[in-house]
Amino acid sequence: MDTHSPHPGHDENVYDALSTADDDGRWAFGTGFDAGDAEITAPAPEGVDRADVATYCLMLADDALIASQRLAGWTAKAPELEEEVALANIALDLLGQARVLLSRAGHLGAAEPYRVGPQDDEDVLTYFRDDRAFRNVTLAETDLGDFGRTIAWILVFAAWRLALMQRLTGSRDPVLAAVAGKAVKELTYHRDYAAQWVLRLGDGTELSHARMQAGLDGVWPHVEELFLAHDVERRLVEAGVAVDPAELRGDVDAVVAQVLPAATLTRPETPAVGLVGGRGGRDGVHTEALGGVLALMQSLARAHPGATW
Amino acid sequence: MVTALVDAREAAERVVDPEMPMLTLADLGVLRRVETAGDGTVVVTLTPTYSGCPALEAMRDDLRAALQDAGYDAVEVRTTFSPPWSTDWISDEGRRKLAEAGVAPPDRIGPKAAGAPIPLTLAPPSQTVACPQCGAADTEEVSRFGPTACTALRRCRSCAEPFEHVKEI
Ligand SMILES: [Zn+2]
Repeated sequence: MDTHSPHPGHDENVYDALSTADDDGRWAFGTGFDAGDAEITAPAPEGVDRADVATYCLMLADDALIASQRLAGWTAKAPELEEEVALANIALDLLGQARVLLSRAGHLGAAEPYRVGPQDDEDVLTYFRDDRAFRNVTLAETDLGDFGRTIAWILVFAAWRLALMQRLTGSRDPVLAAVAGKAVKELTYHRDYAAQWVLRLGDGTELSHARMQAGLDGVWPHVEELFLAHDVERRLVEAGVAVDPAELRGDVDAVVAQVLPAATLTRPETPAVGLVGGRGGRDGVHTEALGGVLALMQSLARAHPGATW
Repeated sequence: MVTALVDAREAAERVVDPEMPMLTLADLGVLRRVETAGDGTVVVTLTPTYSGCPALEAMRDDLRAALQDAGYDAVEVRTTFSPPWSTDWISDEGRRKLAEAGVAPPDRIGPKAAGAPIPLTLAPPSQTVACPQCGAADTEEVSRFGPTACTALRRCRSCAEPFEHVKEI
C-alpha cells in the first residue's frame, strides 16, 4: 500500500516503466497482494464463525497497520540516519503483517460494507473505514512523542505482539498461523532494537534517563488494555483459533522486569486509561489520536477513490 | 493435475533478486515450487523474505517476464508464507556470491525450539562477522537495520570499511 501520487493521465506515463506486469490495472495505492496467494483464500476452519475470524484478522491487522503508520511519521525526522532506517524497517515489517491479515479479513467478507470501487480488499479496509470500524488497541494509535517515548512504545508493543504471535503459530486458521510464523522472527528484532535503546538512554545521561522514564510513563496507561479479551477473542480462543490476551501478561512483565532495572528505570505507576463503558479499541472505541492518524493515512485515497497507475 | 516442468524451473531459477542482484531467486531460497497445471499454465510459488518485502512485486514481474521469454505464455505467480523463509535457505553458492560482492553472508542458525519464550539478550551481540573486504574478524554492528529488510550495517575496525551483513532470521 505504498502511497504513490496518482498519475496525471498523460499518454506517456512514466509509471509504466516501473512494472512489466500486464495483469490487473494497478490502483494508485496498492498492488493486488491477495491475488493468487496460496493461503489467504483458505476457508475459515471447520465449525468456526467466518465473521469472527474476519474480525480477529482485522484486530491484529489494525494493530500493525496503525502502528506502522505512526512509525512512518519518523521518516525524515529521526535523530540519526541509522535510526531512521531502523524505524522505517520496523514500520515496513508491520505493514507487511497488516497487508496479509487485511487481505485475509477481506477474503472472509470484511471489506464488503466499505467497498467504493474495484480496489483490493486491503485497500478498501485501510482507506475507506471510519475510526469506529478500526479494531486496534489504543496503544497503537498513541502519539509517539519524542524518541524516548517511541522506544518505550516499541518495547511494549513488540514484546506484547511477539508473545501473541508466538502462541498464534499454533492457530487452527492457516493464515493466522503463517503470518505469525513470519512475524515472530521480525518482532524479535524489533524488541531487541528497542531494548538496546532503553538501556542506552535509561543508563545514559541525566537528560536521556529523564526522557526515557517519561516516555515509559507516557505509554503505560495503554498497557492494561493489551491483556483484555474481547468477546470475539474469547469465542475464538475456545475454537483454537485465537490467543487469549490474558496469557500474554507474563511474557511482557518478564521483559519489563529484565530491561527496566538494567536501564536504571522504574516500572511506571501511571493508571490505566479507562475503557468507555467497558469498551476499548477492540470495540472501535478509540482515543482522539486515531482521528489524526487516519486523516493523514486516508485523505489522498479518499480524494482520488478511483485512481490507478 | 500438476506436473513439474524442468525448463520452466530453470528459467525461473535464473531470475535475480531485485535488491541483491548478485543472487538468483534460487540462491536466495525464495522459489518454493515451479509446476505446470493441466491447462499448461506455469505456476510459480514464491515465499517472501520479510512480511513487508517491497521486492516481492518486482520478483513476480521479473518471473512472469522471464517465463514468457522462455516461451510460457500462461504464468501464475503465487505467494506462500508457510513455512517462513529463513536465511538458512540461502545456498552455499549464494553465500559465496554475497561474500564476493562485499556482503557478509548470514550464519546458519538451525531450527529454533518451538514454544518456549524467545530470550531477550541485553548484552551487545557477540556474533563474529568477518569483514568481506579484508577478512578481519574485528568488526562491529552499526545498525541492525540496513538499507534492505534483509541486511544489517557493520563496520570493519581493521580496514575501516562499512559493509552490509545479511542478518539471520
Ligand atoms: Zn576490513
